[in-house]
Amino acid sequence: MTTLQFKNVYVKSENVIVGKLEKEGPLGSYFDDYTCDPYLNQPSFEQAEIEMNRLCVDKCLKKGKAETVDLIYAGDLINQLCTHYLASELKAPFVGLYGACSNSALTIGHAAMAVEHLHMKHVLAFTSSHTQAAERQFRYPNEYGVQKKECSTSTVTASGAVLLSNEFSDLKVTSFTIGSVVDWQFSDVNDMGKAMAPAAYQTIMTHFEDLGRTFDDYDLIVSGDLGKIGYAMLSEMIEKARFQLENKLNDCGIMIYDINHQDVFCGGSGCGCSMAVLLGKLFKDLRSKKMKRILLVATGSLHNVFLTQQKLSIPSVAHAICIERS
Amino acid sequence: MNQKELHEISSRHQVNDHKARKALIAFISAGMLAVSGQLLNDWLMIYFSKENAGILTILFFIFIAAILTGMGIYDKLAKYAGAGLFIPITGFSNALSSSALECKREGLIYGIGSNMFKLAGSVITYGIVSAIIFSLITYWVRML
Repeated sequence: MTTLQFKNVYVKSENVIVGKLEKEGPLGSYFDDYTCDPYLNQPSFEQAEIEMNRLCVDKCLKKGKAETVDLIYAGDLINQLCTHYLASELKAPFVGLYGACSNSALTIGHAAMAVEHLHMKHVLAFTSSHTQAAERQFRYPNEYGVQKKECSTSTVTASGAVLLSNEFSDLKVTSFTIGSVVDWQFSDVNDMGKAMAPAAYQTIMTHFEDLGRTFDDYDLIVSGDLGKIGYAMLSEMIEKARFQLENKLNDCGIMIYDINHQDVFCGGSGCGCSMAVLLGKLFKDLRSKKMKRILLVATGSLHNVFLTQQKLSIPSVAHAICIERS
Repeated sequence: MNQKELHEISSRHQVNDHKARKALIAFISAGMLAVSGQLLNDWLMIYFSKENAGILTILFFIFIAAILTGMGIYDKLAKYAGAGLFIPITGFSNALSSSALECKREGLIYGIGSNMFKLAGSVITYGIVSAIIFSLITYWVRML
């Protein structure tokens, strides 16, 4: 049993900041703020990511009217987590988590555990990704003229923060499935969707098994950042397991961009991707009563640049959180 | 679900990499670059010796590629031209200047100095290695 259930975890406030490309995408109008400057008036991309988180967290706490936070869970994609630099300013117990792009569900899930089981009043979860900072971290210099593979994905510039509380509100976090790491010998770092699809499949199946649910119990199940290929692969795997999808499966990486017209290859990726879609679009859909219960299956490719160069394959993970309208 | 089954599913989902189209565009763009290089070389030969004109032509392309990299234009051009800009000397210039730009915030020593050859380093290393090997071969052949 890897699914934890919560009875008393509510969403107090949330905030999302995205970059220019995300703002121009089909979900642009759902996001709270956006920035056209990838530097955010900072000297480097890494510092810009910290600044983006700072703005996002400040606004989230203001919206939630919370003066103090009992505990913070956060994570990003940069080596040794650049959120630690912001953590020193926040003056609250802090846990940095790394689950690559699965950070969104991982941080929210942990925050929910703290509210439910540690009886904390306000717990903050935030994650971010920055396309240029991630490009530098995982791939090539930003100005390097290289033709990317068509199967690659484009990292989303976004920061999302959510404040969970035990005080009643319109949205609640009801369950958290901690995924196990899988490695099915996919080794192409330009094609992470394929490596992550089996992890998403396994987590969805575990979640269904633990809670005795199927697709009928959800209005929407979204995977984190599989992109076009990974999503197609996941759909096929789920159909093979004899589940009816009925248009209830989607992918945040596909939703956030217009993949036919924006230059993003197979879709979006990064921790900011699933966080921005969840907090921006899906929370609003839940509140506007379009949906009652959703499941976010945030997928993460846990590869290490050195080890993939040493020809090891890509381990991946997926964590799921279920959000419902109260 | 076993590994074989998974890889079978994954092999069914591929995107078209448009290799033929990319190769054609690379061929045309590199050809255009070569023609412009030749024209520049011919013009320079009016004022300089043949050897110096050749060197100046190469320097011109290295300079232009570095400037375009700094202006953020080179990577956009390279996205379309691919190997057409990557294989000529412009690619080498871009590898150096983009690495230097990326690391400028880490300072002159730990940033630019140590990272400038991060991408182009292998070209230099194996350039030297192959120069040693081929010069030895030439030496032995001449001895015979």
